[in-house]
Parts: sequence; C-alpha cells; structure tokens
Amino acid sequence: MSVDQATVRRIAHLARIAVEDEEVERLGAELNAILDFVAELSSVDVDGVEPLTSVLPMQMKKRSDVVTDGGVASDILANAPEKEDHYFVVPKVVE
Amino acid sequence: MKHEKTLGSNERNAFMSDPTHLSLAEARDALVSKKLSAVELTRAHVEAIEKARALNAFITETPEPALAAARDSDARIARGEARPLEGLPLGIKDLYCTKGVRTTAGSRILDDFTPTYESTVSANLWRDGALMLGKLNLDEFAMGSSNETSAFGPVVSPWRRKKGEGFDEARIVPGGSSGGSSAAVAARLALGATATDTGGSIRQPAAFTGTVGIKPTYGRCSRWGIVAFASSLDQAGPITRTVRDAAIMLRSMAGHDPKDTTSVDAPVPDYEAAVGASVKGRRIGIPKEYRIGGGAEINALWDQGVAWLRDAGAEIVEISLPHTRYALPAYYIIAPAEASSNLARYDGVRYGLREKGRDIVDMFEKTRAKGFGAEVRRRVMIGAYVLSHGYYDAYYVRAQKIRSLIKRDFDEAFAAGVDAVLTPATPSTAFAQGEKGAADPVEMYLNDIFTVTVNMAGLPGIAVPGGLGADGLPLGLQLIGRPFDEATLFSLAAALESAAPKIEFPQPWWTKAK
Repeated sequence: MSVDQATVRRIAHLARIAVEDEEVERLGAELNAILDFVAELSSVDVDGVEPLTSVLPMQMKKRSDVVTDGGVASDILANAPEKEDHYFVVPKVVE
Repeated sequence: MKHEKTLGSNERNAFMSDPTHLSLAEARDALVSKKLSAVELTRAHVEAIEKARALNAFITETPEPALAAARDSDARIARGEARPLEGLPLGIKDLYCTKGVRTTAGSRILDDFTPTYESTVSANLWRDGALMLGKLNLDEFAMGSSNETSAFGPVVSPWRRKKGEGFDEARIVPGGSSGGSSAAVAARLALGATATDTGGSIRQPAAFTGTVGIKPTYGRCSRWGIVAFASSLDQAGPITRTVRDAAIMLRSMAGHDPKDTTSVDAPVPDYEAAVGASVKGRRIGIPKEYRIGGGAEINALWDQGVAWLRDAGAEIVEISLPHTRYALPAYYIIAPAEASSNLARYDGVRYGLREKGRDIVDMFEKTRAKGFGAEVRRRVMIGAYVLSHGYYDAYYVRAQKIRSLIKRDFDEAFAAGVDAVLTPATPSTAFAQGEKGAADPVEMYLNDIFTVTVNMAGLPGIAVPGGLGADGLPLGLQLIGRPFDEATLFSLAAALESAAPKIEFPQPWWTKAK
C-alpha cells in the first residue's frame, strides 16, 4: 500500500495539521518509507491470535462515581492562550 | 580542539574532592555522616551546570529552588530526620510536569506551559527528600533516538571519539529520547536523572553515554503527570552512573498511584538489597535472533557479557524469540497510532501555542503545523493513517496481534525457567549529529531494534555499560527480566558492572568560565 498526494492531504486533514503544497511530495515519500518498513508484517500468520490489549493481566480498577475533585477553574485556565472569566475563548463555531 | 593535559597532583586532589564525582549512594552516605552538606553538594552541581551550557542538557535550570531545598535538607539532617534521598540533587526530564516550573516536552507547541500540579513520580522523589536542579532536554514528545528532534536544539554528549592521542571534533549524540538525562548524568551535572522509555528511550541513551538506565515493568511507575506519547508502552525510570544508584532511585519512583489505572498495586521491594546478591544458578537466555541486528563489535561485547555472567555462576542457555524481527515494524504502527490520539489534545485552546485561523479548524491546523516539529508531524500523520477507516484492521489490529506473539515468545522462555535474557543494548556506539536519519526516518528507528521488544511485551529491561568501542565511545548490554522482577535485573546488572572495565567518564572539555 502506498500513499499518493491526495491521500497525504487527507491524512494531514485527519491529523489537523496544515501542509503547504510544496511539502506534500516529500511527506508522501517519508510516509511511504515508513509504510514500506512495516509492510513485512502482512506476511506474519496471525490466524487465531488475539490482539494484545493489556501487557499485564489486570482488572480495570474502578472507583465510585462521585465527585472527588473540583473548584480549580483558575488552575485549569491558567495556561489558556485566550480566556474570559472562566471560559476558554475560541473562534466563532456557530453561525 | 585542545588536547587534554594530564592532571597534576594538586588538580587531582581538587578533582577527588569535587562532590559531583560522587555516586548517588556515596553522596547520600556523605550527607548522612555530615562529611558534606546538601548545600555544598547542590552548589557544586549548580556550578557544573552553569559551565556546561555548551552541552545543552538543560532546558530550564532551577538553581535557587534547588539551593533552598538543600538548606531545608541540611536542617532535617541536623535534626536526625533524613529521608531516603535527603538532599540529593537530580535532573528531571522535561516530560514530567513540575508544579510552577515550565514544562515543554521538547516542543514549541507547549509554549510556556507551566503546570499547576506535579507528576506522581517526581512527587515521590521530593517526598523522599531529593531536590530538582532543573528540567532536562529531550527529543520532541520523546520521539527520537538522538535528541536531535528537540525544539530546544540537540544535546551534545560529553563523550568524544578518539582521534590519535586526542579527540575528534564531531559532536556525538547522547541518544534519545532521554538525551538530556543521559548527558547530564555522564557529565556529572546531576547525581541521577529521571527519564522515560517508550521504545528504548532510557536504555539507548544510557548505553550511548556509559550510564545505567532501567525501564521497569509496565505499571511499576505511575504515568500520571508525565506528558503522554504512547500510553500502552510509556514507562518512567532512572538514569544513573551506577547500578546501585538506579536501584535507589527506582525504589522511590515506583509504587501504586490511584490516579493511573495501569499502575500496579504491589509492594516495592528494597532494590538496593539486590545489588551485590549472588547470581549463582540464575538461568540466562541468549536469544539467537538478536545476533543479526548489530555489528561485529557489539556481538563481541555480547559474548564477553555471556562470559562475565558465566564466571559469576550463572547458567547460560540459548533461547529463541522468533517474532523479534517484527517488533520494530509493529512498534512503528502502535506507537504512532497512540501518539496521534494522545497528541490530539494540542489544539491551541486550553494551553500552549495558538496560531490564528479563519475558523476553528484552520486554527487547529495552523497551530499544530507550527507547533509540532517534522518527526512529530510525521508520526501523528502515520498514526492517523493506520487508524483511519479501511486501514484499521490491516495495520493497527494486525500489529496488536503481532504484539501478542512477541509477548508469547518471552512468556515461553520464562516458563521454561529462564530468569533473564541478555542482549546488546544498541547495534553500535553513538553516532555524530546529522549522521543518521536525514534522508530516511527509518534509519534512525533501527537504533531501537534491541530495546523495543521489551516495551511491546511490557517487561523490565536494564542497560548497563560493558566497555568502550574502538572509537572510544561506550557500549552497553541489556538484561530483560520477568514482569516485576527488577530485583533480579539489579543483581545481574551489578555482576556485569563489577566484571566490566570501569567506565572513566570524560574530563570536562565542555567547561566554559561563567
């Protein structure tokens, strides 16, 4: 499988990364080098093998569904690039 | 470059009395017995750091808080209330969130992000009395094997290649991603440093700098407050100059944390007690598949390592780990997939860099294009691709199945009675800046060929120096253990350390007067 220029643009948009026109060809070549490198995996017999979901056999720990934290709005907003009162400010998203 | 002169006797005395030359264990004992104060010890390190800026090991230096903490430690020692790491100055990889101290992950996208909280592992170190000298440079988001992808510039290794009677001028890489950690420890700018390892980022830089680095079992250390790269592979661990020092640091770093559901609720043993314990009768597996990955020099060192462990009374058995060759390709599907998901949070809204856009999506795309470096962009895009509709089963699910096979290989070796596996740590000694990966990113990835299987299987692995290559640069061996059996790794690593030629860390050619 190899990616063409349209695919590079599609992936970049999926990843929410702007790409310049002159970058597309080079990026395609780099992505194809990585995809070529991983291509040998298609020859491995994985019939009947379960995908690994956890390296350790452990039960997911659960806790009671109660509030354990809060009242730290100022901390949460401390590093915001743009804020107003206790809100993050973003460009208008609803017309 | 000027040649190093031979030390005169007066200079040698000064050299011996320089507390930066103590191991962490020696410094601990000197503080408790009041032969040295924490302020003296910390000041010596602060001064060494100021003179070593040419190495670019630190992104942020924190000398004043370090000295204030040292004064507190001296007061505690005077009151007889010393904690296990009282007054010991450490460096912290700048992937660990530190309350009130800028945390960058080596990236522009975090801008001047200053956490309002402390990572669990660093908090554990401060709980035990250690103090922070500053934040250490690293590959951007820990993605790299040479520390050349850092937005804050590459780290220079204190090691140089031999050339005739002197040294070559080429700037050698300290490995990566924990290159600031390995360089700082090898250059004696810190007694030890925290690091993280997703595919080899503790063990490869340790091997490149003649230091010791352990990646513990997945779940041994909390990942809470450490900037995430690939969550099913990431683990915290220390880099130090001796095996004993690594054992001391890991004991404080490890432990259960309710804030990380993958952290394991199991007691943390006294790892230091395992250092120096007999390894007689231990069964060491030698995987034949690892013979192909490295050069003649590393294979010779590997044979030497086998002989050292045999001489120490261990039993050597050949084993097979047949899926080894698939580990690196599978890693380069799983790690980017998890990274693309983890790095989705850098959107210019809640913290970090924001670039203006004509609408919100344009703002996201411009922010991430400007904030991420080339390697991070590449991996995030690969991750988005292998997770995208139509490719998920062919790439991601298949890679996770292969991961099961890799883990099964190790499970079978351990079930057959093997206590640990001995391999090389890296295919060769360190390379120079700009020598690898410029044309083809995969060339750099091959550096992790011996280390990455360990992360895929969630096992503990330790890199320990074995000697110097013909170019005068360090070479390391790796021991891989059973889950949560770090203690055995410390015993075996200590046996290798005492059999191997002693590493003489480089004289400070990098020193500039203040």
